[in-house]
Amino acid sequence: MAYDKFRVLTTSAVPLPIENVDTDQIIPARFLKATERKGFGDNLFRDWRYNADNTPKDQFVLNNPVYSGKILVGGKNFGSGSSREHAAWAIYDYGFRCVVSSFFADIFRGNCMNIGVLPVQVSPNFLVKIFEAIEADPNTEFEVNLPEQTFTIKSTGEKESFEINDYKKENLLNGFDDIDYLLNIKPEIVLFEKDAPL
Amino acid sequence: MKKTLFDKVWDSHVVKKVLNGPDVLFIDRHLVHEVTSPVAFLGLKNRNIKVLYPERTFATADHNTPTINQHLPVKDPLSANQLKALEQNAKEHQIPYWGLGHEKNGIVHVIGPENGITLPGATIVCGDSHTSTHGAFGAIAFGIGTSEVEMVLASQCIMQPKPKSMRISINGKLNNAVTPKDVALYIISKLSTSGATGYFVEYAGEVFKQMSMEGRMTVCNLSIEMGARGGMIAPDEKTFHYIKNREFTPKGEAWDKAMTYWETLYTHEDAIFDHEVTFNGEDIEPMITYGTNPGMGIGISGGIPKSESIQGGAATYKKSLQYMNFEEGDNMLGKEIDFVFLGSCTNGRIEDFRAFASLIKGRQKAKNVTAWLVPGSHKVEDAIKKEGLLDILNEAGFELREPGCSACLAMNDDKIPAGKYAVSTSNRNFEGRQGPGARTLLASPLVAAAAAVTGKVTDPRELMVFETA
Repeated sequence: MAYDKFRVLTTSAVPLPIENVDTDQIIPARFLKATERKGFGDNLFRDWRYNADNTPKDQFVLNNPVYSGKILVGGKNFGSGSSREHAAWAIYDYGFRCVVSSFFADIFRGNCMNIGVLPVQVSPNFLVKIFEAIEADPNTEFEVNLPEQTFTIKSTGEKESFEINDYKKENLLNGFDDIDYLLNIKPEIVLFEKDAPL
Repeated sequence: MKKTLFDKVWDSHVVKKVLNGPDVLFIDRHLVHEVTSPVAFLGLKNRNIKVLYPERTFATADHNTPTINQHLPVKDPLSANQLKALEQNAKEHQIPYWGLGHEKNGIVHVIGPENGITLPGATIVCGDSHTSTHGAFGAIAFGIGTSEVEMVLASQCIMQPKPKSMRISINGKLNNAVTPKDVALYIISKLSTSGATGYFVEYAGEVFKQMSMEGRMTVCNLSIEMGARGGMIAPDEKTFHYIKNREFTPKGEAWDKAMTYWETLYTHEDAIFDHEVTFNGEDIEPMITYGTNPGMGIGISGGIPKSESIQGGAATYKKSLQYMNFEEGDNMLGKEIDFVFLGSCTNGRIEDFRAFASLIKGRQKAKNVTAWLVPGSHKVEDAIKKEGLLDILNEAGFELREPGCSACLAMNDDKIPAGKYAVSTSNRNFEGRQGPGARTLLASPLVAAAAAVTGKVTDPRELMVFETA
């Protein structure tokens, strides 16, 4: 499925300064029973966000109206655990287009890029600065610039560049997905398969 | 350049290299289950394309299935719908499908090796992070997301940057009652849950050479819990003996041809890894976790570390202990538990049931413990019965359930209630993983058995008799 193009995003951000946020927290397994990709945002961080009786937990950041925006900022090792792409879907469906952390788990990072959510890895020091900027002013804005590969704290002008390979960058800028690419080289794949050892 | 085992298998599967981008990697075997596949099949439908090589994909139902009364219709309508979707998708695309009740049904990472789908030198993927299990055979096996499931269905390829390489060597001899699960939990406790992120691991050294195939599967299974995409062990005589004559294993000439490839699958002695780690087998004791990620593990006789001794993240550490309702410095031994779960793709194989049965034999299940014993597949279930283990379990007050992922991820009704403690042989102790509010202590089948008969965290060595050297 092709997805939205990603170029420059300027928005406030939601802080989640917890380390090792795993995909079971992002979306618990009991909400993976759908056969279509819709409605996952409602259960994003379900058990941190709601009590057992479905009333909201006031202290959780998504229930605090002070914080909003299209960027989710998490602690180190964000997205560890299960390969469930539903975690990335839930983040997207809730309205986030970018996740920032000082370290991402592998599969989660790939899943995000495959659906048009940009994972931005910043240095641990810069992550602290981002959290501090949000704490000082929850409405403070950030600029995620994919063509330039930079993340900027608008209020202070401090910026850091982030890495992404050229191929994925082009895909995100244009909303292309890998399947388009793979179907395009199908003759090469078919040729390869004929000689595959197993 | 002198190649590693990983290099050899990866490089021989690259269809094309994208400039400043990923490799197009050919996938030999694709395993599919009901939870992460429906949206991928929907994607094919929207593009109006079929599965390119249906004979390279195998489907089973495991994540979202009941473990009692599997002969009856599935009660939960959402689960029933998901199972039906897989059945229909498999039929439409002519993919072999082993659904509920099928003799080959079971957890995807248990049935792959059992049926000879898992082979040395193969590339194997599945929409499940514990696909790393299959690396025990010298395969490159790793978990993928649903977009990638769709890619493999459509093109038998995925696009992946080549990971860095890490070798974890453990030499020496393992102590009494130390199992492959303990070895893996020990490594993760040393490296942390992100210590191997970005790497593909090769396990080497005497400890892994001596380990059984099922033990190797347990270790490779847990590679993802240290952040690695996968882990692998060079195939040897044990590997070839295990796979020979299984249903989907090559036969006759095809076997001989495959063997010439398989015999090349080892790391050259001068090959260089991006990172090397070494441990001593003698340093490992039976392990147990006390926190909310698999890196929070200690030797069972130890105490819960103080927050000041933890690197970084003191707030996260305290939150974790608060969830578990444990205090820094607490001893794990003697802590009362409520549930025991034996099963999962980590420890749901026949050797795990043998170990559990050996310890509970002649004892009785503790009254305060609810035990869920869930075989990884029907073949494991059959072996449990055939070997007389079921009688031992029953005499000790245990019952056997039907195969599936069960309480490992609690998608079905097998949920540990909020606030309860479960000693679990599965792979993740995340908050709520085994049910909302559930508290998980990861351990080996022996530690689980010791807890099941005493009702508390108990050192299995106290209940076992060892020959003195």
